[in-house]
Amino acid sequence: MTIAPASIELAPAERAARLIGTELTEKSLRLHLEGLPRVDAVGLEARAASLGTRSIKTTSKAWALDKIIGLIDLTTLEGADTPGKVRSLVAKAITPDAADPSTPRVAAVCVYGDMVGSAVEALGALHGDPDAGGISVAAVATAFPSGRASLAVKLADTADAVAAGADEIDMVIDRGAYLSGRFGVVFDQIVAVKAACRRADGSYAHLKVILETGELNTYDNVRRASWLAILAGADFIKTSTGKVAPAATLPVTLLMLEVVRDWHALTGEMIGVKPAGGIRSSKDAIKYLVTVAETAGEEWLTPHLFRFGASSLLNDVLLQRQKLTTGRYSGADYVTLD
Amino acid sequence: MTSFLEYAPAPESTAILDLKPSYGLFIGGEFVGGHGAGFTTISPSTEKHIADIASADAQDVDLAVAAARRAYERTWSKLSGADRGKYLFRIARLVQERARELAVAESLDNGKPIKEARDVDVPLVAAWFFYYAGWADKLDYAGLGANPRSLGVAAQVVPWNFPLLMLAWKIAPALAAGNTVVIKPAETTPLTALIFAEILQQADLPAGVVNIITGAGETGELLVNHPGVDKVAFTGSTAVGKAIARSTAGSGKKVTLELGGKAANIVFDDAPIDQAIEGIVTGIFFNQGHVCCAGSRLLVQENIHDEVVARLKARLSTLRLGDPLDKNTDIGAINSRAQLDRIRELSAIGESEGAERWTAECAIPENGFWFAPTIFTNVSTSNRIARDEVFGPVLSVLTFRTPAEAVARANNTPYGLSAGIWSSNGSRILAVADRLRAGVVWANTFNQFDPASPFGGYKESGYGREGGRHGLAAYLESSSLQDSAGAVRAGSARRAVTATRKAAK
Amino acid sequence: MTHLTIPKTYKLYIGGKFPRSESGRVYEITTAKGAFLANAAKASRKDARDAVVAARAAQPGWSGATAYNRGQVLYRVAEVLEGRRAQFVDEIVQGEGVAASVASAQVDAAIDTWVWYAGWADKYVQVAGNANAVSGPYFNLSTPEPTGVVAVVAPPGSSLLGLVSVVAPVVTTGNAVVVLASEATPLSAISLAEVLATSDVPGGVINILTGSASEIAPWLAGHADVNGLDLAGAGDLDWVDLQVAGAETLTRVLPPVDGIPALSLERMLAFTETKTVWHTKSMI
Repeated sequence: MTIAPASIELAPAERAARLIGTELTEKSLRLHLEGLPRVDAVGLEARAASLGTRSIKTTSKAWALDKIIGLIDLTTLEGADTPGKVRSLVAKAITPDAADPSTPRVAAVCVYGDMVGSAVEALGALHGDPDAGGISVAAVATAFPSGRASLAVKLADTADAVAAGADEIDMVIDRGAYLSGRFGVVFDQIVAVKAACRRADGSYAHLKVILETGELNTYDNVRRASWLAILAGADFIKTSTGKVAPAATLPVTLLMLEVVRDWHALTGEMIGVKPAGGIRSSKDAIKYLVTVAETAGEEWLTPHLFRFGASSLLNDVLLQRQKLTTGRYSGADYVTLD
Repeated sequence: MTSFLEYAPAPESTAILDLKPSYGLFIGGEFVGGHGAGFTTISPSTEKHIADIASADAQDVDLAVAAARRAYERTWSKLSGADRGKYLFRIARLVQERARELAVAESLDNGKPIKEARDVDVPLVAAWFFYYAGWADKLDYAGLGANPRSLGVAAQVVPWNFPLLMLAWKIAPALAAGNTVVIKPAETTPLTALIFAEILQQADLPAGVVNIITGAGETGELLVNHPGVDKVAFTGSTAVGKAIARSTAGSGKKVTLELGGKAANIVFDDAPIDQAIEGIVTGIFFNQGHVCCAGSRLLVQENIHDEVVARLKARLSTLRLGDPLDKNTDIGAINSRAQLDRIRELSAIGESEGAERWTAECAIPENGFWFAPTIFTNVSTSNRIARDEVFGPVLSVLTFRTPAEAVARANNTPYGLSAGIWSSNGSRILAVADRLRAGVVWANTFNQFDPASPFGGYKESGYGREGGRHGLAAYLESSSLQDSAGAVRAGSARRAVTATRKAAK
Repeated sequence: MTHLTIPKTYKLYIGGKFPRSESGRVYEITTAKGAFLANAAKASRKDARDAVVAARAAQPGWSGATAYNRGQVLYRVAEVLEGRRAQFVDEIVQGEGVAASVASAQVDAAIDTWVWYAGWADKYVQVAGNANAVSGPYFNLSTPEPTGVVAVVAPPGSSLLGLVSVVAPVVTTGNAVVVLASEATPLSAISLAEVLATSDVPGGVINILTGSASEIAPWLAGHADVNGLDLAGAGDLDWVDLQVAGAETLTRVLPPVDGIPALSLERMLAFTETKTVWHTKSMI
């Protein structure tokens, strides 16, 4: 059975109802989610560890390092962020390694909603689709990171960011509602935020839904919340805010990739996955690329379907690139702080 | 770059090996020449020569048994358990230190992926020695009464599928219990055993405690039937196991056998599906299916059959077959031409029986022995591919409707080594496990091994257990089991000692 | 020109680190003939309190490690101890005033004791645990688990062997320990701590206090966050009072022994709790 692609065509509730097969209620949604396959944590973690033993060398490694850079959402999400800090981040995003012009650009910069304006201004002409060589602006919204605010506040947060020029919105789900079993509330909030992503010209900012897997705790919850987010209209499912430990892990990301793989088999739609927080080394990032390629498929290794939410990862990748080019181990003095 | 998934070669170097062009027999703590017609060992992935190997004839077997007997009577049986334990700890440590070298040698000689030799085989070898080292001075607690006695000289024959690991399974408990050993590695995989002999020298193990004699089936037969041995331990085919059971009958020798299997991997409709797929794949394609406890029969609940088969086929598309020494290889070479022929023959039979054959798309290298992962669906319980052990990467898929039917089908075999159960219902798992006539039952996992966990079969999969406290029983005599049986055994051992002394003169 | 020595400083061992006593106190250790050896730290009740905190923090990680891993770590301790034999022999000769051959025998015995217990790490469960054939459709399994934090008074008359004989059985099963070393001959205990610190033993699993057992033992005995109390070396103290103090929180107590405790499975099991798990079994 196939479902028409993208939430532009079908209202999410209708789309969800068609998939579930009955009227969409709190109860029917719960039964549907609880009918998803269970996860054995030991087996999942063993599979992730096994994928982590792939040995990516020489040409594969060079390709992987460049690909990683091109998939990074370079991020600053601090209370102390200033326009100056954002400008510095954007400069780094555009030219990660001034000494090596062959270095690719990142996919996007990710900032708080009220910093979007600074980011857009700093990007200038390079603000655009990463597939076309530009850099997107992603904004966190909906009372990030906790999500503890009224729906009105969350929607205003979203609308402001979209109006300021954000191409992508990284929202957080209501974990309290999820953990107390109010799946319908979680669903409705995502639908509402997606609606708030609509621009005057009828286009939509892309919606990433942050599950905060560290708070959802069990893998069964992660599978169900992932499916729920997709049903409600997510373009991307994202692991974490990066403000709670554990943030992204390889097993959790593997699980989310299995979900988007299954969703694709069922509906033909391709949904993106973004692990965020805690991925600091190139070695780790390469494991994620392998996991994507061997789970959902190589087609997912593109900015429209996979991102790394990271800040310090970029410099480690640059150090590795330098080693591949020069043959020598590099050091912190040869990469810039952003 | 064409495709990221065609990972660039990541070869493990063989530079770490320091191989000799030829190896002798390891008897009495040294390498000596063999009197049989020597043979060679090759790499099954390239068919290239690795080294010349000595062959032990009847005279060599006599010498080895005599050396083991001497060491037993003069040295090993006089050492305290604590000291025996210390030697085993040393061996464990040396295996850890030389782990990489051993893994490369095993992969080269056996054909299995370096990833498996490195991550599974060799670590388990070290762990096995560590585990039994700790038992050597605690035998009173083994559940066999106070002061259980060692048996004397153990004759051990191990197979080619996990050469060094099977050697560890045999030697570690035997030595811990106070016995000495004559062990024969498989003809196609002697290499790691011979490097292990060097490790024994580094450990300063007293001469003759472990003797390693290479040779083919004939050497093994001479060894297990030798009157001078008190104990026989064999891992290998059921056919040879039966022959040993016949030839040792009435000899007074204690015998343990670890033979073949045709394990059922049972997948219920409430299984954690992604992990079940991994478990099925691991169950039959790990080590190229050369595993006695391989999950070679998939018993899948009928209502999820199509989904499971589809997911399985998709999963096999990322399995990599090729050079065992490439770190990204998942499926290595078949160990020998003989084994490859057998797998091909049985697969052809499967097709002729009416099953539907599907093979994963793999680029097969020109030289070497290779067989791509293969799945047979539409298999009936009476088909030979549902009954006979293929010992290769071939999965037969059958279905069931109820738990009782799954159990009945799983048990409907002369074998009984292992089984797998996949379900998210704990109660069902435990009830099904109760009813499976198999020595090892894995629930929501497969092919898990640990030196603390007993392993062995029911029915024609053999008898006796290896691993755990139970694994000591094979190498000890309970104080409560003496009297006439003990006297017979002692008598035959004494006769044997006299015979070997005469032969040595 | 003879080499002028650099005498070692002997501090406490708490949480994997070597702090001086927070009280700043030390006490003099001399040879049998009265020559100065060292100023050993004299632990205070606050040091004991800190040690219990460190032990509690480290215990879950230690018991959560695989038994194999614990056995490996404990075996490594024996390796390092073996490598430092000469230092230990020398310290015992000086501290106990015995001949080198006697000191040597003590060190050998200490190493062998350690190895004996290390080998139990992945086996005691097989001996002390078991399935139970209950009459009903239930899977039923009993396994011993570590009790938690154990305070120990080491035998006062032995520098090293006594200490090892009471510490090893406690930690093999996954407990964390706070041990009061021999008051008169504490130096080997701190040298042992140096061995522990370089043997992959996680900080806080073993904590060693030197000083007055009669001053500190009551604080440990009455501590509500201490689960077990081994009074092996408390024979000369008011040990019954210590046991009474422990009774307040039902601390598991082992009474004093004369001399060095023997190698003993029972000593290990004394500081474990048996957990029995039931699970239904049904095909349908």
